[in-house]
Amino acid sequence: MSNGMSSNQSSATMFFGSMGRYAMRGIEQLGDGTRLGLHALSLIFARPWQGKHFVLQLYALGVGSLIIIIITGAFTGMVLALQGYYTLAKFGSESLLGAGVGMSIIRELGPVLGAFMIIGRAGSSITAEIGIMRVTEQTDALEMMAVNPKQRILLPRIVATTIAVPLLVSIFDVVGIATGYIVGVEMLGVNSGAYMAELIAKLEMIDLNGGWVKAGVFGFMIGMICTYMGYRATPTTEGVAKATTQAVVIASVGVLIMDYILTSFYL
Amino acid sequence: MIRGENLSKRYGDVDAVASTDIQIKAGAITAIMGGSGSGKTTLLRLLSGLDAPTTGHVWYGDEDLCGLSERRLYELRENMGMLFQYSALLNSLNVYDNVAFPLHEHTDLDEEVIRTMVSMKLEQVGLRGFETMMPSELSGGMAKRVAFARAIAMDPKIVFFDEPTSGLDPISAGVISTLILNTSKMNRMTSVVVTHDVSAGLAIADQVVLMWQGCIIAEGTPAEIQASTDERVRQFLEGRPDGPIPFSRSTTSYIDDLTHRPGTVRMAS
Repeated sequence: MSNGMSSNQSSATMFFGSMGRYAMRGIEQLGDGTRLGLHALSLIFARPWQGKHFVLQLYALGVGSLIIIIITGAFTGMVLALQGYYTLAKFGSESLLGAGVGMSIIRELGPVLGAFMIIGRAGSSITAEIGIMRVTEQTDALEMMAVNPKQRILLPRIVATTIAVPLLVSIFDVVGIATGYIVGVEMLGVNSGAYMAELIAKLEMIDLNGGWVKAGVFGFMIGMICTYMGYRATPTTEGVAKATTQAVVIASVGVLIMDYILTSFYL
Repeated sequence: MIRGENLSKRYGDVDAVASTDIQIKAGAITAIMGGSGSGKTTLLRLLSGLDAPTTGHVWYGDEDLCGLSERRLYELRENMGMLFQYSALLNSLNVYDNVAFPLHEHTDLDEEVIRTMVSMKLEQVGLRGFETMMPSELSGGMAKRVAFARAIAMDPKIVFFDEPTSGLDPISAGVISTLILNTSKMNRMTSVVVTHDVSAGLAIADQVVLMWQGCIIAEGTPAEIQASTDERVRQFLEGRPDGPIPFSRSTTSYIDDLTHRPGTVRMAS
């Protein structure tokens, strides 16, 4: 009896002990990541100005992710129109399809799905690229050539994702609403004027602003998390692979958590 | 002069460098030698400021590297160069841009002047004409020579060399050793060379430091080191497998581990 109790106690101790260690490790990483990211951001106006590198990153992350954003936006709009039509038809409210598609995409699906796509396409490559630079001592080489890797490597990527994600999400929104129109109006026979009129009538500026704010915050988070995970990756092949996976998972979960927090502010 | 004072670097339970004092003479070539895992590269990284020591200080003149602001550290590094063991060329840049990188970063020189300077450095390492090649297209030896050209591109006052001849064919190794010697003497450069290549280290160094288990066990001129009667120094110089420096780093007996391993079949006595 007493042996059984002590065995249960020891299992519980081990369980809570390991949970505590995970929590401590998470808090340590959060602190370290925040400090590293803020340090990089504090160098934004320091000489030499990193404008050229920022534009290069903006091009690589932004233009490089354009195709995947257009494809995702297109199919999201099409599915929403299909699902929305059959749901609204039950209540005889097909004319609200435009408002339904537009608000869902602009307020929620655009920023979140867009962020997920950018994490998969650009975030993972940021972590892997920086991790490999660590493995091959390229960041040390920059240090020894008196070039601050936080300013040269981290800063342009954080700024680029913060600016690129709202722009890409805007494209996602436009494409999604357009393909929703094609499916709803051209294929399912919803009145064209009703689709657009309801969209314009129901959509408010706060919805657009909310979507852009979310996208900006997500972009900043993606930049901070993915650069941090690459910069602090264990300098081995396995370490970089693990850091890349973790960056994608942490950034994706972070986007969902932050989405809930921001949505609760805007509603 | 660079001076390391009571330097230690601990990774977990291992002291990679333990309470070490070292003086690097200005304008001289100092070779830090020792076996694999003796702490040479860790000491080099501490001296260059790439890693912070667990305890101790690194003095550049009267400035303590450990207490410097980031800005001041980068100012000091404009007068430093480093050749990394695996070259550490910037993969996204070709040979020309790699060698020109410090010049583009820290000077306002005209591109034509930079082109001439890069050409001179590449001529020194025998790779003029390879400017457009990418690092992935170079052999290990060629990459190391490009990295050498990059390390001396700014004619720095101090250059750190981490295993400059490892993995090179004898001719390339000889060329690199001669280059270190010639550029150091011509430019009155302070060179710190980490190597386990005994003949190259003794041939080019003004001062030799021998390490074992994170500590300096001998230092002096090449002649003094060669004349040393310390058994550890003799074993290293002669490359003998038997002696006070064990080849195996295991702390337990192999036979005991085998015979006491669970599941081992034992013969009945």
